[in-house]
Amino acid sequence: MASTALLPRRHYLNDGYGVKSWLLTRDHKRIGLLYLAGVTFFFFVGGAFAVLIRLELTTPVGDLVTDETYNKLFTMHGVMMVFFFLIPAIPSVLGNFLVPIMIGAKDLAFPKLNLASWYIYMIGALFTMYAIVTGGLDTGWTFYTPFSTVSSTSNVIPAALGIFITGFSSILTGLNFIVTIHRMRAPGMTWFRLPLFIWSHYATSLIMVLGTPVIAITILLVAAERLFHFGFFDPAVGGDPVLFQHLFWFYSHPAVYIMILPAMGVISELVAAFCRKPVFGYSFVAFASLAIAVLGFLVWGHHMFVAGQSVYAALIFSILSFLVAIPSAVKVFNWTATMYKGSVSWETPMLYAIGFIGLFTIGGLTGLFLASVGLDVHVTDTYFIIAHFHYIMVGGTIMAYLGGLHYWWPKISGRLYNEWLAKFSALVIFLGFNLTFFPQFILGYLGMPRRYHAYPPEFQVLNVLSSAGASILGVGYLIPMAYLMWSLRYGRAAGPNPWGAVGLEWTTTSPPPTENFTETPEVTWDAYDYQSTVDSRQSTFPAES
Amino acid sequence: MSELIQHPALAHHFDSLEQQKEASTLGMWVFLVTEVLFFGGLFATYLIYRNWYPDAFAAASHELDVTLGTINTVVLITSSLTMALAVHAAQLGQRRLLLIFLVATMTLGAVFLGIKSVEYYHKFAEHLIPGPGFQFEKEPVHVRHAQLFFSLYFVMTGLHALHMVIGIGIMLVMWWWSWRGTITAEYYSPIEISGLYWHFVDIVWIFLFPLLYLIGRHA
Repeated sequence: MASTALLPRRHYLNDGYGVKSWLLTRDHKRIGLLYLAGVTFFFFVGGAFAVLIRLELTTPVGDLVTDETYNKLFTMHGVMMVFFFLIPAIPSVLGNFLVPIMIGAKDLAFPKLNLASWYIYMIGALFTMYAIVTGGLDTGWTFYTPFSTVSSTSNVIPAALGIFITGFSSILTGLNFIVTIHRMRAPGMTWFRLPLFIWSHYATSLIMVLGTPVIAITILLVAAERLFHFGFFDPAVGGDPVLFQHLFWFYSHPAVYIMILPAMGVISELVAAFCRKPVFGYSFVAFASLAIAVLGFLVWGHHMFVAGQSVYAALIFSILSFLVAIPSAVKVFNWTATMYKGSVSWETPMLYAIGFIGLFTIGGLTGLFLASVGLDVHVTDTYFIIAHFHYIMVGGTIMAYLGGLHYWWPKISGRLYNEWLAKFSALVIFLGFNLTFFPQFILGYLGMPRRYHAYPPEFQVLNVLSSAGASILGVGYLIPMAYLMWSLRYGRAAGPNPWGAVGLEWTTTSPPPTENFTETPEVTWDAYDYQSTVDSRQSTFPAES
Repeated sequence: MSELIQHPALAHHFDSLEQQKEASTLGMWVFLVTEVLFFGGLFATYLIYRNWYPDAFAAASHELDVTLGTINTVVLITSSLTMALAVHAAQLGQRRLLLIFLVATMTLGAVFLGIKSVEYYHKFAEHLIPGPGFQFEKEPVHVRHAQLFFSLYFVMTGLHALHMVIGIGIMLVMWWWSWRGTITAEYYSPIEISGLYWHFVDIVWIFLFPLLYLIGRHA
C-alpha cells in the first residue's frame, strides 16, 4: 500500500510478530502496549458497572437491581476503575512508552522487572475478576472494617488479594522509573532539561514506592483478619476500625496524586507543543510536582473528618489540605500563562488539554470546599464528593490520558488518526462529562447521599440529566476506540514529527526502532526550546517541513 | 565508551558495567525503602496498640520463649557476618571462599527458620493462636488484648520469615551463579545487592526481637 511507504523499514512493531515476541518482550514500548490492552479492557469493565449504576438511578425507586446488587455495582465500578485503570493508566502505558525515549535511553533500567510488573498486574486483575464473576464484592472500594472483615458475605478475600498483588506492579513500575531517571539519562540531559512529563513521573514514582506498600500491608491485615480471625481492627479484641481508615487513606489519598500527577505531566507537554512556547516557569512546575507528592502524604485525615478523629487533628489536616492547592494552582496558572501570546493551535490533544485545565480547576476548587471541616461535615458521603472526585479523576486523569494517547499515538503506531472524528469525540466527551457530573454537585449539596439505589422523587430531574450525560460520555469513549483501531491499519503514515514538536521522542522515527535511537542522542538544549530547536532540527527531517 | 570488549554480563541497554552496577544498587535501595514502609504499617499498628494496652502486651510477651529468641538473634547476626564476608570474597574474586560463605549464610538462615517453626509449634500447642480457639489462662483479664498481641506477633514474624525464605532462595541463585562463574571480581554486584537485602531482613528482626520478646523484662 502506498500509505505504508513512509513508515521506517525497521521498528519495534515489526521486530518479531509471534505471540511470544509480545508476551516475553522486554522492550518498554511493547510492554506499554500490553498495559494499554489491559487498562483499556478494565476501563470498559468498570464502565459497564457505571452504566448499570446510572440506569438504576434514572428512577427514584430501586427497580432495576436490588440494594445488595447495587452495593456490588458501585464497589466493583470503584475497584476496577481505581486499581486497574486510573492508577496504572498514564504511568504504565504512556510512562512506560515515553520515559526512556524522553531521556534518550534505550530502555528502562530493569526491563525484566518491567515485564514482570505487567504479569503481576494481570494476575492481580485475575484474582479481582474472579471475585467479581463468582458473586461480587460489596464493601465499597474502601474496604472499611468491620464490614469488610466481619459482616460482608461477598468475596472480600480474593478481591483483597488481587489488589495486594496489583500493588506490587505499581511498586515495581515506580522503582524502575526512579532508577531510570537517575541513571539512564543521555549525555547532556541534565535534571533541568528533563521534560516536565519526566518530573511528574518521578514524583509519581516516589508516591508509588512510598505509599503502595502501606496499602499492601493494610489489605493483607484485612484478609488475615477475615481468614484467620486475627484481630487488628476488630473491637471485640480491642482493635480499632479507625486505625484501618488511617492506614487505608495514608495510601489512598496519595493514590489520587498517582492518578493526577502523571496527568499534569501530559498536560505540560501538550500545552507547550500546541502553543509553541516553553512552559512558563519550568522549574516552578517541576518543583510543584514534588511538592504535591510530599504534601499528598500529609493530608489523609481529611477523609476522616466525621470518623471521630480529634478536632485538632482535623484542623491540622484541613490546613495541610489547603496547602496542596498551592502547587496545584501554580501548575494551572503556569499552563494558562504558557498559552498567553502563544501560537495556539486546536488539534485534538490540545482540546483535551484545555478540557483538563477547566475540569481540573473545578475539581480542585471543590476540593477546597471539602478540605474545610465545617462544609465537609455537611456534604460528607453525598453526591458532592462523588462529583468532586470524578472531576479530578475523569475530568482530570482520563482527559489527560486521552489527550496524551492522541498526542503520542502517531509515535506509538506510526500512523495518523482521523482528526475530524477525534475532535468530535473530544467535544462529545467534554459535554457528556459535564452533563453527567455537574448535576451531582447540586444533588450532593441538596443532600442526596451516595451509595443508595433509591432516592426521594424530587432528585429525579437531576439524576435523569446525569444518566443522560453518562450515555453521551459512553459514546464519546467508544468513538476513539473505533478510529484509533482503524488508524492502526488504514491511517496515513505520520512521519517522525507530525506536530512539529520538540522533545527527544520526536527526533526518532515513528514508530521508533527497538533500541529507540539509532545513536545515543546528545542533548544541548533545554526542554521546550521552541524558538531555536524546531528550526535547526526540522532540517534533519526535510520530509517533515 | 566501548573501547573495551563488551563484558558478557553487560545488558544491552547500559553503556558500562559501572552504570549497570549503579542502577542495580539504587534499585535495591529503593526497594528496601518500600520494604521499610511495608513493615512500617505493622510497626505503627504495634505502637498504637502497645500504648493502649501496655499490661496485656507485657503479659502476652512473657509467653514468648526468650531463650530461643535470643539464640535466633545470634544466628541471624552471624548470618549477616557471613554475608558480608561473602561480598568481600566476591570483590576479591575468591570463588571458593564465596561459595563457602554463601552456604554458611543459607545454613544459618535455615537454622533460624527451624527454630522459628519450633516456637510456632509451641504457641500452637499452648492455644496461643488468635481466633476462636485462643486461650490465655494465666491472666484471663487480658485475654482480648493478648489476642491482639499474638495477631501482631504472627503477622510480623511470619512476614519476616517469608522474607527469610525469599532470601535463602536468592542465595541459592547466587550460589549457582558463583559456582558457574558468572560472578567475578569485575561483576559482583548481584552478590552485593543480595547482601543488602539480607542485611535488611536482619535489621527487621533486630527491631522485632526487643519489641515482641522483651516487653517488661527489665524489671
